[in-house]
Amino acid sequence: MLRFLISRLALLIPTFIGVSIISFAFIRLLPGDPILLLAGERGLSPERYQQLRELYGFDQPLVVQYFDYLVNLLQGDFGTSIVTKRPVLEEFLTLFPATLELSFCAIIVATVIGVPAGVLAAIRRGSWLDQSVMGTALVGYSMPIFWWGLLLIILFSGILQWTPVSGRISLIYFFPTTTGFMLIDSLLSGQSGAFKSAASHLILPTVVLATIPLAVIARQTRSAMLEVLGEDYVRTARAKGLSPYRVVGLHALRNAMIPVITTIGLQVGVLMAGAILTETIFSWPGIGKWMVDSVFKRDYAVVQGGLLLIAAIIMLVNLIVDLLYGLINPRIRH
Amino acid sequence: MKTKMTFAAALLAATMLGGAASAKTLVYCSEGSPEGFDPALYTAGTTFDASSKSIYNRLVQFEPGTTKTVPGLAESWEVSDDGLEITFKLRSGVKFHTTDFFTPTRDFNADDVLFTFERQLKADNPFHAYVEGASWEYFNAMSMPDLVKSIEKVDDMTVKFVLNRPEAPFIANMAMDFASVVSKEYADKLTESGSISDLNQKPVGTGPFQFVAYQPDAVIRYKANPDYWAGKQPIDDLVFAISTDASVRQQKLTAGECHITPYPNPADIESLKANEALNVMEQEGLNVGYLAYNTQQAPFDKAEVRKALNMAINKEAILDAVFQGAGQAAKNPIPPTMWSYNDAVEDDKYDPEAAKKMLEDAGVKDLSMKVWAMPVQRPYNPNARRMAELIQEDFSKIGVTVEVVSYEWGEYLERSKATDRDGAVLLGWTGDNGDPDNFLAVLLGCDAVGGSNRAQWCNEEFNDLVQKAKTLSSQDERAKLYEEAQVVFKREAPWATIAHSVVFMPMRKEVTGYKMDPLGGHAFEGVDIAE
Amino acid sequence: MAGTNAQIGTASAATKGQRRAMLAEFWYYFSQNRGAVIGLYVFVAIVIIAVLAPLIAPHSPSLQNRGSFLVPPVWETGGDWRFLLGTDAVGRDILSRLIYGARFSLFIGAVVVTLSVSIGVIIGLIAGYFRGWVDTVITRVMDIILAFPSLLLALVLVAILGPGLLNAMIAIALVLQPHFVRLTRAAVMSEKTRDYVTAARVAGAGNIRLMFRTILPNCLAPLIVQATLSFSSAILDAAALGFLGMGAQPPTPEWGTMLAEAREFILRAWWVVTFPGIAILVTVLAINLMGDGLRDALDPKLKRS
Repeated sequence: MLRFLISRLALLIPTFIGVSIISFAFIRLLPGDPILLLAGERGLSPERYQQLRELYGFDQPLVVQYFDYLVNLLQGDFGTSIVTKRPVLEEFLTLFPATLELSFCAIIVATVIGVPAGVLAAIRRGSWLDQSVMGTALVGYSMPIFWWGLLLIILFSGILQWTPVSGRISLIYFFPTTTGFMLIDSLLSGQSGAFKSAASHLILPTVVLATIPLAVIARQTRSAMLEVLGEDYVRTARAKGLSPYRVVGLHALRNAMIPVITTIGLQVGVLMAGAILTETIFSWPGIGKWMVDSVFKRDYAVVQGGLLLIAAIIMLVNLIVDLLYGLINPRIRH
Repeated sequence: MKTKMTFAAALLAATMLGGAASAKTLVYCSEGSPEGFDPALYTAGTTFDASSKSIYNRLVQFEPGTTKTVPGLAESWEVSDDGLEITFKLRSGVKFHTTDFFTPTRDFNADDVLFTFERQLKADNPFHAYVEGASWEYFNAMSMPDLVKSIEKVDDMTVKFVLNRPEAPFIANMAMDFASVVSKEYADKLTESGSISDLNQKPVGTGPFQFVAYQPDAVIRYKANPDYWAGKQPIDDLVFAISTDASVRQQKLTAGECHITPYPNPADIESLKANEALNVMEQEGLNVGYLAYNTQQAPFDKAEVRKALNMAINKEAILDAVFQGAGQAAKNPIPPTMWSYNDAVEDDKYDPEAAKKMLEDAGVKDLSMKVWAMPVQRPYNPNARRMAELIQEDFSKIGVTVEVVSYEWGEYLERSKATDRDGAVLLGWTGDNGDPDNFLAVLLGCDAVGGSNRAQWCNEEFNDLVQKAKTLSSQDERAKLYEEAQVVFKREAPWATIAHSVVFMPMRKEVTGYKMDPLGGHAFEGVDIAE
Repeated sequence: MAGTNAQIGTASAATKGQRRAMLAEFWYYFSQNRGAVIGLYVFVAIVIIAVLAPLIAPHSPSLQNRGSFLVPPVWETGGDWRFLLGTDAVGRDILSRLIYGARFSLFIGAVVVTLSVSIGVIIGLIAGYFRGWVDTVITRVMDIILAFPSLLLALVLVAILGPGLLNAMIAIALVLQPHFVRLTRAAVMSEKTRDYVTAARVAGAGNIRLMFRTILPNCLAPLIVQATLSFSSAILDAAALGFLGMGAQPPTPEWGTMLAEAREFILRAWWVVTFPGIAILVTVLAINLMGDGLRDALDPKLKRS
């Protein structure tokens, strides 16, 4: 197991360096000199311009800039936002809990609904249940989620006025941030109604973000189940007269879960992409919105650091999925 | 599940939380997150609203709703006869905020003023680089390092600025956001505890409101400063609810979740005005959008040609299509809310026939030219591309062929500075300090040719008037010179002045005492909520 | 030369008759899947609409009808028979814009798929065929690209290239192509050791010929399925970029861009928000239905079960 872990980690290093080169290079390719953009119509004198280039280190050759960047990275310094002048890592850490909370709820919803739906569809293969589950899943899979979010806002916030339009909690609640997860913080605060408010703010974004993973998980579970149900030992079990649900519960489900877990793990990338749109629509103060805003503000340092951090998280999750997979299924270790 | 909040609920909750008998909370739905809370580090209006306008004071301040300067933390000031020495007499008994994280032991004094400016001016000040990339942008943009020779503490309550040259707009500069006075005592305490960056995260000022908490991208909370030198505010709590989306802000306003909000969608203004519960204030912004000819390029070096082209531009159509009603035709290079605006100047009349004839008389035939359109949206020009297309159409009616060109924004700004630039460029300006010098000298002075003078226009008569005005300290005398300069400008027509944007500010009917800031800021001093 | 051809022919692909039989078999399996057939019909209908847009659309997509701002659809009170699905904020007919929008979406899908398939297949063939350090480098680079969330990467790429439809398509093609590289590489690696390849090599076929004529046709099935899926993700991603203001620029009647423009009216005029989204959903759904059908028809493993 340890060797497996080490070999996986070793594979990650070149990828991570590649990721750092790409995020660095991309940003240097961005059109528009950030210093000129910062000055706007007001303009800068050539001396002042030079001074600022030195301040931000843009006067160094690219290779030197890259190595400085890499050395800083190794010391945990992801750069400083050009706009807010705050460390990128600090901004990331303040906003990440919001994204994490949202993603976590979404993946829970997607799993809790998607797995049983897929299992049921597989057991009742070809029935109207199967067809409607798979039909719905395909619609979800084809959904432009930014539109789906707008639609839900129109219905639930506009017409029915059941849910708030944006934000994480109603303004009337005010308590210190302890964990960064609004659901937990609101409970800790002990203020009546705070948890309810936080939860009601979370519902629509969760539904929107869960849509695609839910569809993928349901489809994947169904085909994994079908495959397992077709295998000999399941047939044998059936022939022995075990009820279909027992067969499913005892044998099929456990084996079918291996590819399903991988699928769930791989949804992290999908969630991050989804978070960009979901957070923009619901003004959710997380890293997806942060990245979009930074791209528009041409905050090079943030785009660069953010790309790297997000890629690192995805790589990390994929590694964990790999390890889990290895644990469940020892065969693939070799 | 109903989470739609009513004011009654908000007030009730605020009462419960605050424990006060009848706490009044004003909720402002702001358009974005502040970059930080040390205003001198930044240039964005959103940041100033959240920091300098609410938390801090300056030596000199703008009288709310005007660009006139009045005493702030300085009770009075004197300018020496040669205009080189300015002595500020400080206000006594002014207290810095007492918060959870700081308790001041002394009142405001000259040390705070010195610290405020020295951290921006002197590279050896420990706070000069207290955040990475601190560049003190506005301080530098207003040429303060060149202008200020020294800052001296005469006594505890007197500070003297010595300048390198007389500069009348200096007083107005002292009212700008970067000049917000911070506490030296607080800075010292932060140095001691090793948390200097808190100066930018947990601000302490002397202003009408004091900082309570900030959740990034979500909400900023303030409470009224109980010891405010100009008296405690009528409201008890001030909340900035950050909502970047204009339609969300509008929805929150109509639902009563906030009292006041800036930057409505132009398309929504009609319906906001029609809403019984709301009041929509409006004012011209402190800006101007223009088309600058290159006056060093033939045939645009002739005033008649420029004048003729100006007469061919249908400004009404531009206001409709580009500004969607949120704009006002411009005739002068400075906006009408600024002192010395010369209302007697007459705009070039829209008359394509006469324009055509003028061009012929000037011997110009088959003219083809380039019009530069900015790639970005600015307050003075919400859609430059569209504006350029309209001008293209207008000019074609008098036989002038226009090619519209554009570059990436940074490059656009840089390339348009060149004196041998080909074509007329669409651009604009938003005022910094409400001083006419900030428009007339910066945008049209001889020194600015090859820089921010995009018309590359150097007219001796105009330049002399503007330079002379800079050395006088009497505002009335200066105004006369500026009025005259505007006449020269109109006669010579280096620009086609196009429009000033109009700023709208919708609010609940119960909000009283709000004054629109011609400089574009949003301040809540003196604002109350009627019961 | 003829001899080699025959040799390969019998082992791998087909004579004319065989090919027809395969097609018939394919169609048999494809038409078994009712959803796939419906998807195909819908897709064909969208193609026809796109091609005939100037004939079908009642108005020009960019015509601003003064005085007819935000007219609701015809069945709502205040609707106008001239504008079946209503108008947007500047008085443009939504139906006409949707019809023209079909052109953009199909165009985006087609260009992106062509780009990413051709680049991805070539790179994948090279990696899988030559192996060694070439393969290592290519695999690493693809891993790196896949380490970023695709939409985020596309967003940053478009920011670099400059907002616009063309650049959005390039960016999306770039983030989609690693999937083709991986597929092709895997397929090539498994096919390479088969007898018919060895036979062709013995017969003297060159590298290029082996790669493209011998191996590639036998990896086509998964590629076709993946291409269909990419077609729909390209449409979705382009619409998302348009929605974020980085794709097609207004006044282009691209569906995502229309949604971006409509956002500020979300609580006032539901129709400007609803219809472009339905158009995207229907198109993507039709293509995905077809994709499922193709997979069932082409994938022998699933056919069996």
